Amino acid sequence: MLSRRLIPCLDVRDGKVVKGVRFRDHVVMGEIVDLALRYRDEGADELVFYDITASPEGRSVDRGWVERVASVIDIPFCVAGGIRSVDDARAVLHAGADKISVNSPALERPPLIDELAAAFGVQCVVVGVDSLRDADGEWRVRQYTGDPSRTQALPRRTLDWIVEAQQRGAGEIVLNCMGSDGVRQGYDLEQLGAARSLCQVPLIASGGAGTAEHFRDAFVQADVDGALAASVFHSGAIAIPALKQSLRAWGVAVRI
Amino acid sequence: MSVVLVDAGGTNIGSVRYALQRLGVDASLTSDAEAIRTADKVILPGVGAAGPGMARLHELGLVDLMRSLTQPVLGVCLGMQLLCERSEEGDTACLGVIPATVHRFAEQPGLRVPHMGWNRLQRQREHRLLEGLADGDWAYFVHSYAVPAGDHALATTEFGGPFAAVIARGNFHGMQFHPERSAKVGARLLKNFLEL
Repeated sequence: MLSRRLIPCLDVRDGKVVKGVRFRDHVVMGEIVDLALRYRDEGADELVFYDITASPEGRSVDRGWVERVASVIDIPFCVAGGIRSVDDARAVLHAGADKISVNSPALERPPLIDELAAAFGVQCVVVGVDSLRDADGEWRVRQYTGDPSRTQALPRRTLDWIVEAQQRGAGEIVLNCMGSDGVRQGYDLEQLGAARSLCQVPLIASGGAGTAEHFRDAFVQADVDGALAASVFHSGAIAIPALKQSLRAWGVAVRI
Repeated sequence: MSVVLVDAGGTNIGSVRYALQRLGVDASLTSDAEAIRTADKVILPGVGAAGPGMARLHELGLVDLMRSLTQPVLGVCLGMQLLCERSEEGDTACLGVIPATVHRFAEQPGLRVPHMGWNRLQRQREHRLLEGLADGDWAYFVHSYAVPAGDHALATTEFGGPFAAVIARGNFHGMQFHPERSAKVGARLLKNFLEL
Protein backbone atom coordinates (compact mmCIF):
# COMPACT_ATOMS: atom_id res chain seq x y z
CA MET A 1 0.00 0.00 0.00
CA LEU A 2 1.26 3.40 -0.96
CA SER A 3 2.19 5.43 2.08
CA ARG A 4 1.17 9.04 2.68
CA ARG A 5 4.16 11.31 2.36
CA LEU A 6 5.57 13.84 4.82
CA ILE A 7 7.47 16.48 2.92
CA PRO A 8 9.57 19.15 4.58
CA CYS A 9 9.72 22.16 2.32
CA LEU A 10 12.92 24.12 2.26
CA ASP A 11 12.56 27.60 0.85
CA VAL A 12 15.92 28.58 -0.57
CA ARG A 13 17.13 32.12 -0.90
CA ASP A 14 20.71 33.06 -1.71
CA GLY A 15 21.85 29.51 -1.02
CA LYS A 16 20.28 29.30 2.48
CA VAL A 17 17.04 27.81 3.76
CA VAL A 18 14.65 30.55 4.85
CA LYS A 19 11.12 30.75 6.16
CA GLY A 20 8.71 33.64 6.10
CA VAL A 21 5.32 34.14 7.66
CA ARG A 22 2.57 34.44 5.08
CA PHE A 23 5.33 34.53 2.47
CA ARG A 24 6.92 37.68 3.93
CA ASP A 25 9.76 38.57 6.29
CA HIS A 26 12.11 35.70 5.54
CA VAL A 27 14.36 34.42 8.31
CA VAL A 28 17.42 32.22 7.67
CA MET A 29 16.78 28.70 9.04
CA GLY A 30 20.05 26.96 8.12
CA GLU A 31 22.32 25.47 5.48
CA ILE A 32 20.70 23.49 2.69
CA VAL A 33 22.73 20.30 2.93
CA ASP A 34 22.64 20.21 6.75
CA LEU A 35 18.86 20.47 6.82
CA ALA A 36 18.47 17.99 3.97
CA LEU A 37 20.53 15.41 5.84
CA ARG A 38 18.71 16.05 9.08
CA TYR A 39 15.35 15.40 7.44
CA ARG A 40 16.61 12.30 5.67
CA ASP A 41 17.77 10.92 9.02
CA GLU A 42 14.45 11.75 10.69
CA GLY A 43 12.49 9.81 8.09
CA ALA A 44 11.17 12.52 5.77
CA ASP A 45 9.68 10.83 2.71
CA GLU A 46 10.69 13.50 0.26
CA LEU A 47 12.08 17.01 0.21
CA VAL A 48 11.03 20.04 -1.77
CA PHE A 49 13.37 22.93 -2.38
CA TYR A 50 11.83 26.16 -3.54
CA ASP A 51 14.23 28.77 -4.86
CA ILE A 52 11.75 31.44 -3.87
CA THR A 53 13.52 34.35 -5.50
CA ALA A 54 14.50 32.73 -8.82
CA SER A 55 11.19 33.36 -10.53
CA PRO A 56 10.70 36.99 -9.44
CA GLU A 57 14.31 37.73 -10.39
CA GLY A 58 13.84 36.04 -13.76
CA ARG A 59 16.72 33.59 -13.30
CA SER A 60 17.03 29.82 -13.15
CA VAL A 61 17.79 27.66 -10.13
CA ASP A 62 21.43 27.61 -9.10
CA ARG A 63 22.59 24.10 -10.02
CA GLY A 64 25.42 24.02 -7.49
CA TRP A 65 23.30 23.27 -4.46
CA VAL A 66 21.12 20.84 -6.40
CA GLU A 67 24.22 18.76 -7.09
CA ARG A 68 25.38 19.00 -3.48
CA VAL A 69 22.02 17.80 -2.22
CA ALA A 70 21.79 15.02 -4.81
CA SER A 71 25.19 13.67 -3.87
CA VAL A 72 24.36 13.19 -0.18
CA ILE A 73 20.61 12.49 -0.13
CA ASP A 74 19.08 9.07 -0.78
CA ILE A 75 15.43 10.09 -0.68
CA PRO A 76 13.64 11.86 -3.53
CA PHE A 77 13.64 15.59 -3.87
CA CYS A 78 11.93 18.12 -6.03
CA VAL A 79 13.27 21.50 -7.10
CA ALA A 80 11.15 24.53 -7.84
CA GLY A 81 11.85 28.08 -8.79
CA GLY A 82 12.59 29.79 -12.04
CA ILE A 83 12.22 26.77 -14.31
CA ARG A 84 10.88 28.35 -17.47
CA SER A 85 12.00 26.01 -20.24
CA VAL A 86 12.74 22.38 -21.06
CA ASP A 87 16.45 23.26 -20.96
CA ASP A 88 16.16 24.75 -17.46
CA ALA A 89 14.37 21.63 -16.29
CA ARG A 90 16.87 19.30 -17.92
CA ALA A 91 19.74 21.06 -16.15
CA VAL A 92 18.08 20.64 -12.76
CA LEU A 93 17.11 17.01 -13.40
CA HIS A 94 20.59 16.20 -14.66
CA ALA A 95 22.04 17.82 -11.55
CA GLY A 96 20.22 15.09 -9.63
CA ALA A 97 16.74 16.35 -8.80
CA ASP A 98 13.99 13.75 -9.16
CA LYS A 99 11.21 16.12 -10.03
CA ILE A 100 10.82 19.71 -11.04
CA SER A 101 8.01 21.96 -9.96
CA VAL A 102 6.77 24.89 -11.97
CA ASN A 103 4.58 27.67 -10.70
CA SER A 104 4.83 31.27 -11.95
CA PRO A 105 6.38 30.37 -15.35
CA ALA A 106 3.54 27.91 -16.00
CA LEU A 107 1.06 30.71 -15.36
CA GLU A 108 2.97 32.98 -17.74
CA ARG A 109 2.96 30.30 -20.42
CA PRO A 110 0.82 27.21 -19.71
CA PRO A 111 2.20 25.16 -22.67
CA LEU A 112 5.40 24.88 -20.62
CA ILE A 113 3.66 22.07 -18.71
CA ASP A 114 2.97 20.19 -21.98
CA GLU A 115 6.57 20.62 -23.09
CA LEU A 116 8.00 19.37 -19.80
CA ALA A 117 5.68 16.35 -19.76
CA ALA A 118 6.60 15.48 -23.34
CA ALA A 119 10.32 15.78 -22.63
CA PHE A 120 10.55 13.99 -19.28
CA GLY A 121 7.23 12.22 -18.65
CA VAL A 122 4.43 13.46 -16.42
CA GLN A 123 5.96 11.77 -13.37
CA CYS A 124 8.71 14.42 -13.24
CA VAL A 125 6.39 17.36 -13.60
CA VAL A 126 4.90 18.96 -10.51
CA VAL A 127 2.76 22.05 -10.77
CA GLY A 128 2.80 24.28 -7.72
CA VAL A 129 -0.27 26.43 -7.20
CA ASP A 130 -0.32 29.40 -4.84
CA SER A 131 -3.91 30.18 -4.02
CA LEU A 132 -5.82 32.71 -1.97
CA ARG A 133 -9.53 33.27 -1.41
CA ASP A 134 -10.70 36.59 -2.80
CA ALA A 135 -13.35 38.86 -1.32
CA ASP A 136 -15.96 37.33 -3.62
CA GLY A 137 -15.33 33.89 -2.08
CA GLU A 138 -13.50 32.44 -5.09
CA TRP A 139 -10.06 30.88 -4.75
CA ARG A 140 -7.71 32.41 -7.31
CA VAL A 141 -4.06 31.87 -8.10
CA ARG A 142 -1.21 34.18 -7.23
CA GLN A 143 1.99 34.66 -9.19
CA TYR A 144 5.55 35.60 -8.11
CA THR A 145 4.74 34.95 -4.47
CA GLY A 146 8.43 34.71 -3.58
CA ASP A 147 8.64 38.50 -3.70
CA PRO A 148 5.76 40.33 -1.98
CA SER A 149 6.41 43.50 -3.97
CA ARG A 150 5.85 41.59 -7.23
CA THR A 151 3.13 39.17 -6.15
CA GLN A 152 0.18 39.38 -8.52
CA ALA A 153 -3.41 38.28 -8.15
CA LEU A 154 -4.57 36.63 -11.36
CA PRO A 155 -8.13 36.30 -12.63
CA ARG A 156 -7.57 32.56 -13.03
CA ARG A 157 -9.61 30.40 -10.66
CA THR A 158 -7.54 27.93 -8.66
CA LEU A 159 -9.76 24.94 -9.39
CA ASP A 160 -9.82 25.70 -13.14
CA TRP A 161 -6.05 25.90 -13.13
CA ILE A 162 -5.73 22.57 -11.32
CA VAL A 163 -7.87 20.91 -14.01
CA GLU A 164 -5.96 22.56 -16.86
CA ALA A 165 -2.58 21.72 -15.36
CA GLN A 166 -3.50 18.03 -15.25
CA GLN A 167 -4.79 18.10 -18.82
CA ARG A 168 -1.49 19.60 -19.91
CA GLY A 169 0.58 16.94 -18.15
CA ALA A 170 1.08 17.74 -14.48
CA GLY A 171 1.96 14.51 -12.66
CA GLU A 172 1.42 16.03 -9.23
CA ILE A 173 -0.17 19.15 -7.82
CA VAL A 174 1.11 21.02 -4.78
CA LEU A 175 -1.64 23.30 -3.55
CA ASN A 176 -0.31 26.02 -1.32
CA CYS A 177 -3.14 27.70 0.48
CA MET A 178 -1.60 31.09 1.18
CA GLY A 179 -4.31 32.14 3.61
CA SER A 180 -3.20 29.48 6.06
CA ASP A 181 0.54 29.44 5.26
CA GLY A 182 2.93 30.03 8.13
CA VAL A 183 0.29 30.56 10.80
CA ARG A 184 -0.02 26.95 12.00
CA GLN A 185 -3.82 26.89 12.29
CA GLY A 186 -4.22 23.81 10.12
CA TYR A 187 -4.37 23.03 6.43
CA ASP A 188 -7.21 24.56 4.44
CA LEU A 189 -9.32 21.41 4.36
CA GLU A 190 -12.17 23.02 2.46
CA GLN A 191 -9.96 24.14 -0.39
CA LEU A 192 -7.94 20.92 -0.42
CA GLY A 193 -11.12 18.87 -0.49
CA ALA A 194 -12.41 20.87 -3.44
CA ALA A 195 -9.09 20.37 -5.23
CA ARG A 196 -9.05 16.65 -4.38
CA SER A 197 -12.36 16.07 -6.11
CA LEU A 198 -10.85 17.45 -9.33
CA CYS A 199 -7.38 15.99 -8.96
CA GLN A 200 -6.70 12.54 -10.43
CA VAL A 201 -2.94 12.83 -9.90
CA PRO A 202 -1.22 12.97 -6.49
CA LEU A 203 -2.20 16.07 -4.50
CA ILE A 204 0.08 17.59 -1.90
CA ALA A 205 -1.24 19.90 0.81
CA SER A 206 0.78 22.94 1.69
CA GLY A 207 0.32 25.76 4.15
CA GLY A 208 -0.89 25.77 7.74
CA ALA A 209 0.49 22.71 9.55
CA GLY A 210 0.86 23.35 13.27
CA THR A 211 0.04 20.06 15.02
CA ALA A 212 0.04 16.34 14.31
CA GLU A 213 -3.76 16.50 14.11
CA HIS A 214 -3.50 18.92 11.22
CA PHE A 215 -1.59 16.33 9.21
CA ARG A 216 -4.13 13.65 10.13
CA ASP A 217 -7.00 15.86 9.02
CA ALA A 218 -5.32 16.60 5.69
CA PHE A 219 -4.82 12.88 5.02
CA VAL A 220 -8.11 11.59 6.40
CA GLN A 221 -10.52 14.42 5.58
CA ALA A 222 -9.02 15.95 2.44
CA ASP A 223 -7.48 12.64 1.28
CA VAL A 224 -4.26 14.26 0.11
CA ASP A 225 -1.32 12.04 -0.87
CA GLY A 226 1.30 14.10 0.87
CA ALA A 227 1.57 16.96 3.29
CA LEU A 228 4.18 19.62 2.99
CA ALA A 229 5.32 21.77 5.87
CA ALA A 230 8.23 24.03 6.70
CA SER A 231 8.28 26.03 9.91
CA VAL A 232 6.98 23.29 12.23
CA PHE A 233 9.73 20.99 11.01
CA HIS A 234 12.51 23.57 10.87
CA SER A 235 11.77 24.84 14.38
CA GLY A 236 11.52 21.34 15.83
CA ALA A 237 7.94 21.98 16.98
CA ILE A 238 7.00 18.71 15.28
CA ALA A 239 9.50 15.84 15.04
CA ILE A 240 8.89 13.58 12.06
CA PRO A 241 9.42 10.24 13.90
CA ALA A 242 6.84 11.14 16.55
CA LEU A 243 4.48 12.49 13.90
CA LYS A 244 4.68 9.23 11.97
CA GLN A 245 3.95 7.21 15.12
CA SER A 246 0.88 9.34 15.79
CA LEU A 247 -0.33 9.04 12.20
CA ARG A 248 0.11 5.28 12.28
CA ALA A 249 -1.87 5.06 15.50
CA TRP A 250 -4.64 7.00 13.75
CA GLY A 251 -4.65 4.48 10.92
CA VAL A 252 -2.79 6.56 8.33
CA ALA A 253 -0.36 4.51 6.20
CA VAL A 254 3.12 5.89 6.74
CA ARG A 255 6.62 4.60 6.09
CA ILE A 256 8.35 3.79 9.39
CA MET B 1 35.35 -3.17 -11.07
CA SER B 2 34.15 -1.05 -13.97
CA VAL B 3 30.54 0.07 -13.87
CA VAL B 4 29.01 2.07 -16.70
CA LEU B 5 25.83 4.07 -16.79
CA VAL B 6 24.38 4.01 -20.27
CA ASP B 7 23.62 7.57 -21.29
CA ALA B 8 20.28 7.05 -22.97
CA GLY B 9 19.07 10.52 -22.07
CA GLY B 10 17.49 9.42 -18.78
CA THR B 11 17.37 12.24 -16.29
CA ASN B 12 18.09 10.20 -13.16
CA ILE B 13 21.65 9.52 -14.29
CA GLY B 14 23.06 12.03 -11.81
CA SER B 15 21.28 10.49 -8.84
CA VAL B 16 22.18 6.92 -9.79
CA ARG B 17 25.79 7.94 -10.18
CA TYR B 18 25.82 9.59 -6.76
CA ALA B 19 24.20 6.52 -5.18
CA LEU B 20 27.00 4.37 -6.60
CA GLN B 21 29.56 6.86 -5.28
CA ARG B 22 28.07 6.47 -1.82
CA LEU B 23 28.79 2.74 -2.22
CA GLY B 24 32.37 3.53 -3.19
CA VAL B 25 31.98 2.93 -6.92
CA ASP B 26 32.86 5.56 -9.47
CA ALA B 27 30.65 4.76 -12.45
CA SER B 28 31.32 6.34 -15.82
CA LEU B 29 28.59 7.78 -17.93
CA THR B 30 28.92 6.62 -21.51
CA SER B 31 27.23 5.95 -24.80
CA ASP B 32 30.35 4.32 -26.25
CA ALA B 33 29.66 0.77 -27.44
CA GLU B 34 33.11 -0.56 -26.59
CA ALA B 35 33.05 0.87 -23.06
CA ILE B 36 29.64 -0.71 -22.48
CA ARG B 37 30.63 -4.07 -23.99
CA THR B 38 33.73 -4.38 -21.80
CA ALA B 39 32.26 -3.11 -18.51
CA ASP B 40 31.83 -5.47 -15.55
CA LYS B 41 28.39 -4.09 -14.77
CA VAL B 42 26.02 -2.09 -16.96
CA ILE B 43 23.25 0.11 -15.61
CA LEU B 44 20.52 1.56 -17.80
CA PRO B 45 18.89 4.37 -15.84
CA GLY B 46 15.90 6.18 -17.14
CA VAL B 47 13.30 8.72 -16.35
CA GLY B 48 11.09 9.73 -19.19
CA ALA B 49 9.04 8.04 -21.84
CA ALA B 50 9.65 4.69 -23.57
CA GLY B 51 9.50 6.06 -27.12
CA PRO B 52 12.22 8.71 -26.73
CA GLY B 53 14.25 6.27 -24.60
CA MET B 54 14.33 3.63 -27.35
CA ALA B 55 14.80 6.26 -30.06
CA ARG B 56 17.90 7.45 -28.24
CA LEU B 57 19.30 3.88 -28.02
CA HIS B 58 18.66 3.46 -31.76
CA GLU B 59 20.33 6.80 -32.54
CA LEU B 60 23.38 5.77 -30.55
CA GLY B 61 23.46 2.39 -32.30
CA LEU B 62 23.24 0.59 -28.95
CA VAL B 63 20.16 -1.60 -29.40
CA ASP B 64 21.85 -4.78 -30.65
CA LEU B 65 24.74 -4.24 -28.28
CA MET B 66 22.47 -3.97 -25.24
CA ARG B 67 20.68 -7.18 -26.29
CA SER B 68 23.96 -9.04 -26.65
CA LEU B 69 25.45 -8.15 -23.25
CA THR B 70 26.42 -11.08 -21.04
CA GLN B 71 27.60 -9.28 -17.87
CA PRO B 72 25.07 -8.25 -15.19
CA VAL B 73 22.79 -5.50 -16.51
CA LEU B 74 20.40 -3.45 -14.37
CA GLY B 75 17.58 -1.34 -15.75
CA VAL B 76 16.15 1.24 -13.36
CA CYS B 77 12.58 2.55 -13.69
CA LEU B 78 12.13 3.28 -17.41
CA GLY B 79 15.40 1.38 -17.90
CA MET B 80 13.68 -1.75 -16.54
CA GLN B 81 10.74 -1.24 -18.87
CA LEU B 82 13.07 -0.90 -21.85
CA LEU B 83 14.38 -4.41 -21.14
CA CYS B 84 10.92 -5.81 -21.93
CA GLU B 85 9.46 -6.63 -25.33
CA ARG B 86 7.02 -3.80 -25.76
CA SER B 87 5.64 -0.84 -23.93
CA GLU B 88 2.11 0.45 -24.32
CA GLU B 89 3.63 3.89 -23.83
CA GLY B 90 3.68 5.19 -27.39
CA ASP B 91 3.34 1.52 -28.52
CA THR B 92 7.10 1.15 -28.43
CA ALA B 93 9.16 -1.91 -29.35
CA CYS B 94 11.77 -2.29 -26.60
CA LEU B 95 14.93 -4.37 -26.18
CA GLY B 96 13.04 -7.62 -25.66
CA VAL B 97 15.50 -9.36 -23.34
CA ILE B 98 12.77 -10.01 -20.78
CA PRO B 99 9.55 -11.50 -22.18
CA ALA B 100 6.94 -9.11 -20.83
CA THR B 101 4.80 -6.22 -22.00
CA VAL B 102 4.68 -2.92 -20.15
CA HIS B 103 1.15 -1.67 -19.45
CA ARG B 104 -0.28 1.57 -18.17
CA PHE B 105 -1.95 1.26 -14.77
CA ALA B 106 -5.65 0.63 -15.44
CA GLU B 107 -7.94 3.37 -14.21
CA GLN B 108 -9.61 2.48 -10.93
CA PRO B 109 -11.44 4.62 -8.41
CA GLY B 110 -9.01 6.05 -5.90
CA LEU B 111 -5.96 4.91 -7.84
CA ARG B 112 -3.96 8.00 -8.62
CA VAL B 113 -1.58 7.61 -11.50
CA PRO B 114 1.38 8.23 -11.57
CA HIS B 115 2.10 5.75 -8.80
CA MET B 116 4.24 8.17 -6.85
CA GLY B 117 5.67 7.59 -3.41
CA TRP B 118 6.85 4.88 -1.05
CA ASN B 119 5.36 1.42 -1.34
CA ARG B 120 6.19 -2.04 -0.02
CA LEU B 121 8.15 -4.82 -1.68
CA GLN B 122 7.00 -8.43 -1.38
CA ARG B 123 9.54 -11.12 -2.19
CA GLN B 124 8.37 -13.69 -4.74
CA ARG B 125 11.50 -15.65 -5.57
CA GLU B 126 14.88 -16.23 -3.99
CA HIS B 127 17.62 -14.33 -5.76
CA ARG B 128 20.98 -12.87 -4.76
CA LEU B 129 19.73 -9.46 -5.83
CA LEU B 130 17.28 -9.53 -2.90
CA GLU B 131 19.74 -10.47 -0.19
CA GLY B 132 18.97 -8.64 3.06
CA LEU B 133 15.56 -7.50 1.83
CA ALA B 134 12.64 -8.11 4.21
CA ASP B 135 9.05 -8.51 3.07
CA GLY B 136 7.35 -5.16 3.44
CA ASP B 137 10.47 -3.04 3.03
CA TRP B 138 9.71 0.33 1.48
CA ALA B 139 10.94 1.62 -1.87
CA TYR B 140 10.31 4.85 -3.75
CA PHE B 141 8.32 4.65 -6.99
CA VAL B 142 7.45 7.21 -9.64
CA HIS B 143 5.83 5.74 -12.74
CA SER B 144 2.64 5.40 -14.76
CA TYR B 145 3.50 2.18 -16.60
CA ALA B 146 4.41 -1.16 -15.09
CA VAL B 147 5.38 -4.74 -15.87
CA PRO B 148 2.72 -7.24 -14.74
CA ALA B 149 3.64 -9.62 -11.94
CA GLY B 150 4.73 -12.76 -13.77
CA ASP B 151 7.36 -15.43 -14.17
CA HIS B 152 10.27 -13.03 -14.04
CA ALA B 153 9.17 -11.04 -11.01
CA LEU B 154 11.54 -11.44 -8.06
CA ALA B 155 9.51 -9.00 -5.96
CA THR B 156 6.12 -7.40 -6.44
CA THR B 157 4.29 -4.35 -5.16
CA GLU B 158 0.57 -3.68 -4.76
CA PHE B 159 -1.03 -0.76 -6.55
CA GLY B 160 -4.53 -1.67 -7.64
CA GLY B 161 -3.17 -5.22 -7.93
CA PRO B 162 0.34 -6.62 -7.94
CA PHE B 163 2.99 -5.54 -10.44
CA ALA B 164 6.64 -6.47 -10.87
CA ALA B 165 8.91 -4.32 -8.72
CA VAL B 166 12.08 -6.34 -9.35
CA ILE B 167 12.58 -8.60 -12.36
CA ALA B 168 15.38 -10.80 -13.60
CA ARG B 169 16.04 -13.11 -16.48
CA GLY B 170 19.56 -14.46 -16.87
CA ASN B 171 22.00 -11.55 -16.62
CA PHE B 172 19.28 -8.90 -17.12
CA HIS B 173 17.73 -7.31 -14.03
CA GLY B 174 15.29 -4.50 -13.47
CA MET B 175 13.99 -2.39 -10.61
CA GLN B 176 10.83 -0.39 -11.18
CA PHE B 177 11.42 1.79 -8.12
CA HIS B 178 14.38 4.10 -7.71
CA PRO B 179 17.02 2.34 -5.61
CA GLU B 180 19.05 5.56 -5.69
CA ARG B 181 16.18 7.26 -3.86
CA SER B 182 15.01 4.42 -1.63
CA ALA B 183 17.19 5.14 1.39
CA LYS B 184 18.90 2.14 3.03
CA VAL B 185 16.78 -0.46 1.23
CA GLY B 186 17.75 0.94 -2.15
CA ALA B 187 21.43 1.17 -1.24
CA ARG B 188 21.39 -2.48 -0.19
CA LEU B 189 19.81 -3.62 -3.46
CA LEU B 190 22.28 -1.60 -5.51
CA LYS B 191 25.11 -3.10 -3.49
CA ASN B 192 23.69 -6.56 -4.16
CA PHE B 193 23.70 -5.83 -7.89
CA LEU B 194 27.32 -4.68 -7.78
CA GLU B 195 28.19 -7.98 -6.05
CA LEU B 196 26.46 -10.25 -8.60
